[in-house]
Amino acid sequence: MIKDLKLLDVHKIRKDFPILHTTVHGKPLVYFDNAATTQKPLCVIQKEEEYYKTLNSNIHRGVHSLSQKATTAYEQAREKVLRFINASRLSEIIITKGTTDSINLVASSFGKKFIKEGDEIIISHLEHHSNIVPWQLLCEEKKAVLKVIPINDKGEIIFEAFEKLISEKTKFISVVYVSNSLGTVNPVKEIIQLAHSKNIPVLIDAAQAIQHFKIDVQGLDCDFLAFSGHKLYAPTGVGILYGKEKYLEDMPPYQGGGDMIESVTFEKTTYNSLPYKFEAGTPNIAGVIGMGMAIDYLNELGMDLISSYEKDLFEYANAKLSAVEKLKPIGTADQKLSVFSFMLEGIHPHDIGTILDFDGIAIRTGHHCTQPVMQRFGIPATARISISFYNTKEEIDFTADALKKVFEVFG
Amino acid sequence: MDSELRELYQQVILDHNKSPRNFKKLEDANHHAEGHNPLCGDHLDVYLQLENDVVKDISFIGNGCAISKSSASLMTAIVKGKTKEEAEHLFEKFHDLVTGNLKDANEIEALGKLAVFQGVQEFPARVKCASLAWHTLHNALNNKEEKISTE
Repeated sequence: MIKDLKLLDVHKIRKDFPILHTTVHGKPLVYFDNAATTQKPLCVIQKEEEYYKTLNSNIHRGVHSLSQKATTAYEQAREKVLRFINASRLSEIIITKGTTDSINLVASSFGKKFIKEGDEIIISHLEHHSNIVPWQLLCEEKKAVLKVIPINDKGEIIFEAFEKLISEKTKFISVVYVSNSLGTVNPVKEIIQLAHSKNIPVLIDAAQAIQHFKIDVQGLDCDFLAFSGHKLYAPTGVGILYGKEKYLEDMPPYQGGGDMIESVTFEKTTYNSLPYKFEAGTPNIAGVIGMGMAIDYLNELGMDLISSYEKDLFEYANAKLSAVEKLKPIGTADQKLSVFSFMLEGIHPHDIGTILDFDGIAIRTGHHCTQPVMQRFGIPATARISISFYNTKEEIDFTADALKKVFEVFG
Repeated sequence: MDSELRELYQQVILDHNKSPRNFKKLEDANHHAEGHNPLCGDHLDVYLQLENDVVKDISFIGNGCAISKSSASLMTAIVKGKTKEEAEHLFEKFHDLVTGNLKDANEIEALGKLAVFQGVQEFPARVKCASLAWHTLHNALNNKEEKISTE
């Protein structure tokens, strides 16, 4: 077989993102806060604009042409998501506001029906607050117990500890695919296999995974998968919950309102079929259509090419940045991608963020909504560089030099 | 280096960041408050020895960025010996300074060393760093033991 020599042309790709050609403090923007949100290609921006200019109307309601066209465009976006994650049924693709909304939906609805006093729910120490707090709220309400898979000094979950945590009492497992603060890639396939051998459903938080590599929900066999549009080069305020029909059918509605009903009387309301049962109210229609466009854009570039470009760039960044004097990487997992979290000796991450900003470099500083991870490493915060396929090696070099300047400021 | 950046990270600030004054737990404190900025993880405790509404002694411990640490350090140095009312007045003026609402040159000068935080007004994201210690002091003065948050 001939090896595919096709490579991403990053300079051509950068032309698709208008914001990458703006300046900050008079310097060209170097955007390294991709784990917080990704920038949007022009086609996505235009798609949203086009919707408001030519299609705007409410979906699933009117018999008039505009409403039907808007409904078609909206439902096409759902089909694009289905193919993107290789799901098999549209009924299993629920459109939400984002990852947080998706996880809350499951915690609330699955929890209401299936979690009882004394039951146990397992998460990992790597979770974002959005995959901790919904489960804590549920456990509090139901008097259930939250169990946490510990991590080692490299920031990897300790699988043997997970094996020991699983018991007869375990009723649900919710784990992150890729850590947003350390970049650790969790062995989710192994977690799912072990959970399934004991008939425990698993939710995968794919907020930091979906934009970096191909995800096949049937191959993974996860029971739920949650992600946000805005980290997938799509607008904010839209996201996806994939769920297996066998669970979704038995789960009660999350929110009540328009669109999620079949018939309403004051005596009895019957609910709409899946996925609409979980989609109350008028959604962010333009955003969802924009997400469909973002998926088209990524498919055109090719997720495999994106993965290999990002892998190469990340290895380069890892080597280059780790070599900066007095820099200490936080999180050194063997399986790691996109996220480079670090400390500079004697300098608070917040100060690093302000000083880099003067060179036009946007990084995230803080606890990244993962306070337990920070506590595990005994630090209040880190500085975080997170890459995308539109970043370049030149930007990494420029940032490594800018980091040296931080020490100049502090003398 | 950019002048705006130098304006923010003035020598006095860098010095107080490196060697913070009154950086300890005050064993005979009769007032105490805890401050927290969840945005960046800054966290500090302010201890006061208040006698007849006069700050006899003051100290702080905690963890934070250069702006928050130096602000706390300078605050303790300046507030020591002041009355509660004077300290509250300084807080008000300091808050105006970092939010860019103190324009009068004489008033700025009257703040003494605290004037080095004037550069903060150009960095809205850092206002909370500079004012965390003062908010915490305010709570300690009023003996509010609950943890305060600048978010």
